[in-house]
Amino acid sequence: MTDVLVCVKRVPDTSGEVVLTADGGGVDGRYAGWTMSAHEECAVEIAAGIAGDTGGSVTVLTLGDEDSVEQLRSALAVGANDAVRIDATADDYGPADVAGAIAEVVRGREAGGEGYGVVLLGNDAADTGDHQVGIRLAHLLDRPVVAGAQEVMASGDRLEVRVGTPAGTEIYDLPVPAVLTVLEGGVEPRYPNISGRMKAKKAQVEVVEPGAAPQGSGRLGLRVLPPPESNVEMLGEGPAAAPRLVAVLREIGVVR
Amino acid sequence: MSVLVVVEPDESGNGLSVVSQETLTFARQLPGEGVDAVFVGSVGDPDEAALAQCREHGVGTVHVTDDARLERYAARAWAQVVETAAETGGAAYLVAGGTPRGNEVLAHVAAARGVPMPCNVVAVVQDEPLEVERQVVGGAVLERVALGGGGGLAVASVAGHAVAPEPAGEPGEARVERVEAQIGDSDLAAQVVRVEEREGGDTSALTGADVVVGAGRGVGGADQFADVEQLASRLGGAVGVSRVVTSLGWRPHHEQVGQTGSRISPDLYLACGISGAIQHWAGCSSSRTIIAVNTDAEAPMVTKARYAVIGDMHEIIPAVLEELG
Ligand SMILES: Cc1cc2nc3c(=O)[nH]c(=O)nc-3n(C[C@H](O)[C@H](O)[C@H](O)COP(=O)(O)OP(=O)(O)OC[C@H]3O[C@@H](n4cnc5c(N)ncnc54)[C@H](O)[C@@H]3O)c2cc1C
Repeated sequence: MTDVLVCVKRVPDTSGEVVLTADGGGVDGRYAGWTMSAHEECAVEIAAGIAGDTGGSVTVLTLGDEDSVEQLRSALAVGANDAVRIDATADDYGPADVAGAIAEVVRGREAGGEGYGVVLLGNDAADTGDHQVGIRLAHLLDRPVVAGAQEVMASGDRLEVRVGTPAGTEIYDLPVPAVLTVLEGGVEPRYPNISGRMKAKKAQVEVVEPGAAPQGSGRLGLRVLPPPESNVEMLGEGPAAAPRLVAVLREIGVVR
Repeated sequence: MSVLVVVEPDESGNGLSVVSQETLTFARQLPGEGVDAVFVGSVGDPDEAALAQCREHGVGTVHVTDDARLERYAARAWAQVVETAAETGGAAYLVAGGTPRGNEVLAHVAAARGVPMPCNVVAVVQDEPLEVERQVVGGAVLERVALGGGGGLAVASVAGHAVAPEPAGEPGEARVERVEAQIGDSDLAAQVVRVEEREGGDTSALTGADVVVGAGRGVGGADQFADVEQLASRLGGAVGVSRVVTSLGWRPHHEQVGQTGSRISPDLYLACGISGAIQHWAGCSSSRTIIAVNTDAEAPMVTKARYAVIGDMHEIIPAVLEELG
């Protein structure tokens, strides 16, 4: 039985336009909406798979304000059994702070006799792209860590972890307890069904207070890049434009 | 105090990766006396092409390991090699390219040292105290952060294609030095046990291609790729796709271009039926020439491209193939 903790982050959905908050200190998600980082959607799916294979359970955790319960409920709707929110203003937390706060929860649970065999996180968050929270957490907990996990098979107290590389797939075999950071591409996150949504709506979310004050990320300011001035040259419409397109291919030297 | 650069061998096994050459170029902008390099991902002496490139980039010392236990990748153990090289070389700054390996190994060093690690840095904006700008939100936003100043080792990864690789004004000696790192069992607890090579095309074909024919949701379905593939093959290039295409299961993830896919910098990116969302743009914006084929003249890909053809890709691509003969 392997109990899994999966850590997710509430991020602005930036598929459309990116707008900064009035003070320029953060990205404003009020207009675009909020979502879970892409890699973490896959992490939730992998967590459900490990728990399903081993008869364990999935706890989903986020560090954020009350609104981030929305992301916890999304995970509850697709297989997480319970949820924890570390009550904090996420923007005040740098990657080392987040890792420290998660480590505290894991240690607290362990002290209470409830250990997590596997802790899953996203490889990097869609907004800050820090690539380090999972690795810092592994150092704090003194556990092995694999970054970029795309598929995980759990049997007994070992994990087989598959990581895609340019040349193929690298396979790790490691003992639990372990930390894995998940990369999109290996599993398809499932969609919630009605009963999942109902269950998620009613589920209790445990709220814990972080112990240490955050040091921050060292952010001095943000700026949105102005959209580049369009200097597009229209080559025409439909198949009639083919000769001009091919002329360009010759001009830039990709066709001789 | 020097700048230590984590370098990786090129995927072809000959010389340094392009990202490593970019990172060496970037490293020379940092304050410090001289640039050194440490190899990650290859045991023993680097090949002559790699050493020549190190010389060209002004590298003083090239740190390598002979530890046979590292033949199979183990990030934490490689981080020990990097840390030892940083200590023996008296490095004040440690930088790596923002590749999966670069970020992973640096994160282990930063965690072990308890120092911050800004990722995807694109520029030095101020020397004293040192401040850099880095990409966040898939490259749509730049964040200014302080780097170093604490007296310890300052660690950062550099975004791919943030600078163009350029040789140093003065070549370096590129003296090879062996690193004797203390590697314990716990450093090897997460180590690759086996590699399954991908059959057929791989991502190195995509990231190294001179021409990429991109295909997005506008393709219309998994069985609609024949003309796209034919054009890629006619141009001697690779197929790259948007995330919608991989999410729908039309093509494998290793073909995805973008923030959560590969970053490409071909001579030509011919983006067909792709809207050009920022997360896709993050992966293709360093292409030398972008041509968009799209039914929508207002699509961001069209307005950001150098050239565009408006219309149905499945009518346009066959006409282009015919014109090419
Ligand atoms: C955290 C995160 C990470 C992401 N990472 C990536 C990433 O790595 N890579 C990536 O690509 N996206 C990524 N995305 C998704 C991104 O935001 C867009 O949703 C995606 O790129 C859109 O793909 P698309 O352009 O193919 O589809 P759409 O946005 O649906 O656009 C389709 C385009 O095709 C055109 N079209 C339709 N039919 C035709 C036709 N017959 N001929 C010609 N043109 C036609 C339309 O006009 C439109 O412009 C990410 C999103 C998030 C939130």
